[in-house]
Amino acid sequence: MSIEPGTQGSVPAGAELGAPAQTPPSPDKGMFGVQGTGDVSGFGRLVRSRPAVFDSPRPFGGYFDDVYDALEEAYPALSEAIEKVVVDRAELTLHVRAEHILEVCQVMRDDASLRFELCSSVDAVDYLGSDERRFHIAYQLTSMTYRRRVRLEVAVADGVTVPSVTRVYPTADWQEREVYDMFGVVFAGHPNLTRILMPDDWEGHPQRKDYPLGGVPVEYKGAEIPPPDQRRVYQ
Amino acid sequence: MTTSEYATERETTEGRVFTVTGGDWDSITSSIDPLSNEKIVVNMGPQHPSTHGVLRLVLELEGETVTECRPVVGYLHTGIEKNLEYRNWTQGVTFVTRMDYLANMSNETAYCLAVEKLLGVTDQITERTNTIRVMFMELQRIASHLVWLATTGMELGAISMMLYGFREREYILDIFEETSGLRMNNGYIRPGGLAQDVPDSAIRKIRDFLKYLPKKLKEYEDMLSGQIIWQQRTQGVAVLDVTGCLALGITGPVLRSAGLPWDLRKTMPYCGYESYEFDVPTATTADVWGRYLVRMAEIRESLKIVEQALDRLRPGPIWIEDKKIAWPAQLALGLDGLGNSLEHVAKIMGQSMESLIHHFKLVTEGFRVPPGQVYVAVEHPRGELGVHAVSDGGTHPYRVHYREPSFVNLQAIPAMAEGALLADVIAGGASLDPVMGGCDR
Repeated sequence: MSIEPGTQGSVPAGAELGAPAQTPPSPDKGMFGVQGTGDVSGFGRLVRSRPAVFDSPRPFGGYFDDVYDALEEAYPALSEAIEKVVVDRAELTLHVRAEHILEVCQVMRDDASLRFELCSSVDAVDYLGSDERRFHIAYQLTSMTYRRRVRLEVAVADGVTVPSVTRVYPTADWQEREVYDMFGVVFAGHPNLTRILMPDDWEGHPQRKDYPLGGVPVEYKGAEIPPPDQRRVYQ
Repeated sequence: MTTSEYATERETTEGRVFTVTGGDWDSITSSIDPLSNEKIVVNMGPQHPSTHGVLRLVLELEGETVTECRPVVGYLHTGIEKNLEYRNWTQGVTFVTRMDYLANMSNETAYCLAVEKLLGVTDQITERTNTIRVMFMELQRIASHLVWLATTGMELGAISMMLYGFREREYILDIFEETSGLRMNNGYIRPGGLAQDVPDSAIRKIRDFLKYLPKKLKEYEDMLSGQIIWQQRTQGVAVLDVTGCLALGITGPVLRSAGLPWDLRKTMPYCGYESYEFDVPTATTADVWGRYLVRMAEIRESLKIVEQALDRLRPGPIWIEDKKIAWPAQLALGLDGLGNSLEHVAKIMGQSMESLIHHFKLVTEGFRVPPGQVYVAVEHPRGELGVHAVSDGGTHPYRVHYREPSFVNLQAIPAMAEGALLADVIAGGASLDPVMGGCDR
């Protein structure tokens, strides 16, 4: 069972590794080097510990049940493919095993009672330190026929490839390239998986939590200013 | 010594003489494909007046026909999404507004809607705030479409349109400046409310503008629509049908120009759009001409929405009631820009220690957002603008991703350009209305 963000004690590792000079300092360190929340006033909203998001129980509510039932009918191997179903803030997230994502997308697009014609967005989140499979790739699917939205989420560890969904949703082409560029997740079967936003010869993947902000010295008119995490710090 | 079939040799008193016969050049040249021989690769951009910003197109040409087109983006990448993770939730507005610099209000609203959904306070946003958000998003849409008309006019040879479009847009930016202190990159819409209320002077300007623009729109249509050059440069150019649009994820005016009336303001309303009366203009031609018609009609629909918003604008609070989210100070626009109102400064510095603590904590540390993730989409001038925001329960975003319509829509350039003429690449690219600041983020 993977751990969701915000589980008790899940300090994002990036906050620890990060720049001592970042202003304001990481929230988890508090304003004056305090550990924990540093909240003695009760002001900053009491920190409510939230249990890891487990499977949401049926019924999910709204159209979510219809979507799940239709998917189950159209894709009999669903129980193998789905790790868990999370309903949170009126949004349905289906956690799909990486190897099944292409098939699930195909069914989601083609089945007459699902009809998720548009893949709105593909992006990733790095849960370094709180999940073994640190990269969670989120596919936001939109059904124009039924005016519905569903999120598919795939979790993979560093170095594990994910099947590309470009065959089903050609629009995922650039978005998967961006995920590769920013996180280093490799999509198998992508027609042209190269960097898209960063220069071709860039080293590292900037959106990873263990990649510092900036990360390279700033050159300006002959002067060279060190990256933010290596600058002098007053505290 | 070898003899060649192309040259016979004979001995003379002056030495050996070769007679070159040749004459078979025709057979040699015809064995080479004349077209592939003329294939050239042209780098259009990244610095090019017709590419709408720093977009680079690698074009393979046969004569004037484009056989292959490869867009290269990323020249304006500034790491905004990464930067957001190092700032608190409220400060994020300042960053996201700089993504698509022609649609600041939409960027800000989408971000704020995502933060509010994470906080679970969407219902608590005041009526007045929602109305002002809608009004400003629509004014922004008009401004953005005017810039589209201006730049596209320029790229297709109608330079005067460029001057007029930018002139009218400046009226809208004046309204924004009157309200937020800045023409662009306003940082005006904040999680839970607005930086400050709309002053009466700005309301008067909006009313004047509503009277002023329709006449001007008519002038532009008189100038462009009947003009033979404009028609020939746009009609039947860069056609992309509904199937192509959906496969490539194209939304916004480009999708509507193909005939599908998909507009998030109608289909998945937010900020109370369901209570406004307006139409979703479509065209059926799926070409640059259709996109021109759709955008012109959208400007008129936006004017209708702005008018309705003005009519229903009632005095009232602009900030959410929850004091642990609402900005503690009433900001005021002074001579030197936006700042804390003098009354508020007098109160926290002279009268109430608790107010000072409250102000200090909320401004420096910010509010905490319960963990979870949301995806919120708004109808941006260029299509679906989606915000995927993830919180780990802290005062900073854990991750914010923008699904930028410029980024996704640019994928359509090869589909529009390949097989067409070089000049139509300009028209097709312009009709997508890409803003590279948004595309590269």
